[in-house]
Amino acid sequence: MIRAAQTVDWMAVAPAAAVAATALAVLIADLWLPSRRSGVLTAIGTVGVVAALIFVGLLWGDRRATFCVGAADAAFTSCSYIVNQLTLVFQGVVLVGTLVVLLLAHTDTAAPESRLPGGETGFLVLASATGALVLAAGRDLATIVVALEVVSLPAFALVGLRRRDRRDAEAALTFFIVSVVSVAVMIYGVSLVYGATGALHLDRIAVALGDPDTRTGLAAAGAVLTLVGLAFKIGAVPFHFWVPDTYSGAPVFVAAYLSVVSKAAGLVGLVVVVTHGFAAYSDAWAPVVAALAVATMTFGNVAALRQRTAIRLLAWSSIAQAGYMLVPLGAVAAGGPTGQLGAAQSATIAYLCIYAAVNLGAFGVLAVVYQRYPGATLEEFRGLVHREPASAVVLGFSLLALAGLPPGVAGLWAKIVVLDAAVSSGAGWLAVAVAINTVIGLIYYLRWTVLMFSAVPDRRAVLSYDVPPLSGIAIGLATAGGIAFSVLPQIVFGLAEASSGIVGG
Amino acid sequence: MTVLLNLAIGLPLAGCVGLAALPAATGRRWAPTVGVVVAGLTLALAVWIAAVFDRGASGEVQLVTDLEWAPALGLSWRLGVDGLSLPFVVLAALLVFCCLLYTVRVKPHGGRLRAFVALVLLLEVGMIGTFLAFDLLLFFLFFETVLIPMWFVIAWWGEPKDQPGRVAAATTFILYTLLGSAVMLIGFLIVGARAGTFDMVELAAQGGASLPGGVQLVAALAIVGGLAVKVPLWPLHTWLPDAHAKAPTVGSVLLAGVLLKMGSYGLVRIAVPIVPDGVRQIAPVIGGLAVVGIVYGALACLAQNDLKRLVAYSSVGHMGFVVLGVATMTPAGLNGSVFAGLAHGLITGLLFFLAGAIKDRHGTSGFAGLGGGMYVRLPRLAALLTFAAIASLGLPGLAGFWGELLAIIGTFRPAQVLDRPYFLGLLVVALVGLVLTALYLLATVRRVCQGEDTIGPRLPVLGDVTRHETVTWAPLVVLIVLLGVWPGLVLTLVDPVWQAVAL
Repeated sequence: MIRAAQTVDWMAVAPAAAVAATALAVLIADLWLPSRRSGVLTAIGTVGVVAALIFVGLLWGDRRATFCVGAADAAFTSCSYIVNQLTLVFQGVVLVGTLVVLLLAHTDTAAPESRLPGGETGFLVLASATGALVLAAGRDLATIVVALEVVSLPAFALVGLRRRDRRDAEAALTFFIVSVVSVAVMIYGVSLVYGATGALHLDRIAVALGDPDTRTGLAAAGAVLTLVGLAFKIGAVPFHFWVPDTYSGAPVFVAAYLSVVSKAAGLVGLVVVVTHGFAAYSDAWAPVVAALAVATMTFGNVAALRQRTAIRLLAWSSIAQAGYMLVPLGAVAAGGPTGQLGAAQSATIAYLCIYAAVNLGAFGVLAVVYQRYPGATLEEFRGLVHREPASAVVLGFSLLALAGLPPGVAGLWAKIVVLDAAVSSGAGWLAVAVAINTVIGLIYYLRWTVLMFSAVPDRRAVLSYDVPPLSGIAIGLATAGGIAFSVLPQIVFGLAEASSGIVGG
Repeated sequence: MTVLLNLAIGLPLAGCVGLAALPAATGRRWAPTVGVVVAGLTLALAVWIAAVFDRGASGEVQLVTDLEWAPALGLSWRLGVDGLSLPFVVLAALLVFCCLLYTVRVKPHGGRLRAFVALVLLLEVGMIGTFLAFDLLLFFLFFETVLIPMWFVIAWWGEPKDQPGRVAAATTFILYTLLGSAVMLIGFLIVGARAGTFDMVELAAQGGASLPGGVQLVAALAIVGGLAVKVPLWPLHTWLPDAHAKAPTVGSVLLAGVLLKMGSYGLVRIAVPIVPDGVRQIAPVIGGLAVVGIVYGALACLAQNDLKRLVAYSSVGHMGFVVLGVATMTPAGLNGSVFAGLAHGLITGLLFFLAGAIKDRHGTSGFAGLGGGMYVRLPRLAALLTFAAIASLGLPGLAGFWGELLAIIGTFRPAQVLDRPYFLGLLVVALVGLVLTALYLLATVRRVCQGEDTIGPRLPVLGDVTRHETVTWAPLVVLIVLLGVWPGLVLTLVDPVWQAVAL
């Protein structure tokens, strides 16, 4: 089936293309610029990401498809790259997250004693983000696997980027090995699915699997194994081993990137694969996802209780949060009402959006603190409010939002939406598991928050630092998002709902 | 006029945020003043709401604000007030005002007055919001709003001599109540998923018609079970004694006076009207636990050797009557539940103020350290304590009497479908509890107030009730007497509400 070169809908791929081009621009500009001019590189990166965001805005409401096959007979056209509301919401999250990470990274790369090369850092972040953007639009398993690898490969390098740092190198190695293994398992799953259905496009897989006569264990096993690679990416238990070591070994902005952008990429892949491709096999994957969700929440929260350093606590917290995100999909009942998948999908998206905002706020503050006090323990945050009131308020708000309690109202809405998804699918036991986990989570989020606001005998002993302007903007962006989602939750729920009515599209 | 309800929530919130935003030095100096002014204005608003409230139509929700907030989530900013919520709004506003007025002179141990006042105002937002919300999710939001501020109030300004103890008490409080409210939320979501709305007015009008019996049972178990932690209903009360005993005076007053009421208000506002069949199915269990709580609370009080802990445990017993009234599923029982709740708020609020004042003067609230003979050394304070104790044991003519009487009447004639002999059995147990309650309260008065003063001479400074304390406590004393002699003031408001409920 060799055809003439395909026509490509360039507008559809514009966000990803803009970021990819920016990545190259940063890399090349770095060669021509004096080594201490990383401000220019950050500016180029920021402009590129903002341009991509503008493209996302322009595309909003459109439904575009490109890289299609079967166009000639038109009986069954399948496209590898589809832009719709679902794609755009995830691309928006990825782009805003990347923007915040780029601004945070600037502080690290511009520092005089920095061992981080500015050009490579910007390039790797943008290259990885390109993969995430493509993943959000990818609708066939080959594209999804490749996009997932595009997200991962630059991330390995980012983790180990700090020159002459052994912990970085170790963290990168752990990350690399777990990633390679899980992607291998995923590809094996994809091959089983391909063997059972003869298709890689999700819509074709859905049709093939939807035929009750051809139900096979092979396809079910393939579907479940395919999820492994994605579960690794979002840091779900038991594919989470890499998370704490990697987060604490890498520069903080990289951890922020992994916990938001890369996690969003894994989540969109998971959402798209199960709702678009394997919908008919929900009886096979939903229990697996539910088990992953419960294990991830519980294990993440319980382990977070014992952490002493800030970064490891946030690492375990982001594992636990991934568990909540999986709950709506895990609650999907076999033979449940139509629209259930869409509702689950929109709940997951809403949770992710809120999580992304408040988690970036927390990581942003941590990035600034760690710049001056690497590896700071929770105890060192005692009394932070007396020296750095803005940091303490932002971090406190973000942590309470992650816990899901007012004044972190955004987090309360997020917990409600996840519980609602579980309850309306009739998965009461999942709802109870979420309720119990919320209580466990509160213990460590509250403990840290309280430390920051505690009285101290000697204020000179409290952490103190300058917040670099770009980091301040990044933290402000994230926090503004968190506050906006608190006061006007309809923004995020409207977006999530708009993107859910297109299952199978 | 609908702006009044929004203002009653917005004003304390603005006060809290404004106080936090002030520069540190200014904030410290003006915090108590700002607190009193804001709480005073909020109380004035509450009184104004009561004034414009149409008492002739107290069964209807009035002054409604209804704005879509997040339609995709089914969430609306829906506020209103009816005969059931009005008294609780006034109670909350009054107690917060008394507390902040008290704080002007009697500073809580632990300093940081600005944070303290700001947190109390945030508590007020949650409390008043809970009583005004007519959307289940909005109710949940306000219900949760009180948790974090109350944690800080207990853990930072609580018992000065026991830092680990007060932190542990605060943490136990927040974890228990969070688990309870999360379970309650699951119940709300079950209702919302089946009925298709979170509108409490609409849901109460349906009276569970759109919810099959099995769903109602599950929803009622979740909602009542969740609220029972807050109330608290025996055996879910274990967080309460420590939280009350370790909290500063103001914290104890608000915990017992208002926070527990949020639980009992939820029972009569949400559980009974929205899932009546479900509540009826579990009513025997609730009633049984309630009377166990009544007797258990009284027995535990008899065993206490500390005044604050005694008052704390007495709440378990009194709230038992509040829940018993609900379990009868009759207008009389529900009226009793509401009235007993309000009376408990006033009386126990006063008792905690007195216990705090006694503790401040003696450096302890343990009976050993208080000795006897308070009539000799602090005659006015002792007289007030006796007054509050007698009100608490339910002397006719004071507020404590009517609520428990009505709850007992309800238990005597429970709803048709309920097993009457069983409820008569409960009645007997409750009466035993009542006798024991009288016993421990009188024993306390005898032990603390009467007898010879052996302690007074050893204490460095001793002053009787100050003018400031008189002003702060006077509204409570007046209302305890007023509701005692004129229960109709509240009952005529509350009673019409039940006509619309499918009892």
